[in-house]
Amino acid sequence: MIRRRFLVLSGSGLIVPLLPAPARATPTQVAALIANLVGEGEIHDGRVKLDIPVMVENGNSVGMTVSLDAPATDVRSIDVFAEGNPLPHVLRVTFGPQAGAPRFATRIRLATSQTVIAVAKLADGSCWRDSVDLLVTLAACVYNAN
Amino acid sequence: MVRVLINVPKQVKRGEPFDVKLLISHPMESGQRHDDMGQPIPRQIINSFVCTYNGADVLRADLFPAIAANPFLSFAVVAQETGKLTMTFTDDNGTVQTETADIVVA
Repeated sequence: MIRRRFLVLSGSGLIVPLLPAPARATPTQVAALIANLVGEGEIHDGRVKLDIPVMVENGNSVGMTVSLDAPATDVRSIDVFAEGNPLPHVLRVTFGPQAGAPRFATRIRLATSQTVIAVAKLADGSCWRDSVDLLVTLAACVYNAN
Repeated sequence: MVRVLINVPKQVKRGEPFDVKLLISHPMESGQRHDDMGQPIPRQIINSFVCTYNGADVLRADLFPAIAANPFLSFAVVAQETGKLTMTFTDDNGTVQTETADIVVA
């Protein structure tokens, strides 16, 4: 009997969640952010290129490059969003007359496997999008220091 | 003041784009984490980066907490004459740091 009670107790312990679920943005929230950015115009696929690995071992630092096949002077802004991060907006870049190409590379954090989206807005008002579905093995730490 | 590594070519060709790479030594604390006592660690990131060449804009970037610690930034610049590349970044404390690099146009 004692052994059985021990099993019941230890079994019930297993279903207690160890950590609260992390706060995450949802694709709907990101869609709203993008709609806000695009305004009345339509968003097209293509022209902008988001270069990021589809298999990520360490979400704390993921190299990415976003670029556009247009002269830098024609670009109003480039934004990057990560749907599964607690704060989905990753960066915004605008280019000036001395930019050699509309290209920007950096390293970002990814909280989980998710879709990363780049949106470029051109001077003529048209908007272009590229998205990458990726798998993250080790997520960027959102809980505790150390 | 934080440590910054800047990589620019020694000499560039007139009107031909060249790459600039920056590595900034900064924790980029996201504001999403908690310490051992469960207290939130305040956000402390570089939130804005501006690069100019001889006073004219190259690019402006708004950075958010999703930028990894010790941010690496790379972009292309075009130069018509010899001059100075100025890179300025601002963090959440309002600290502004400016770094420069001399560009020689051959």
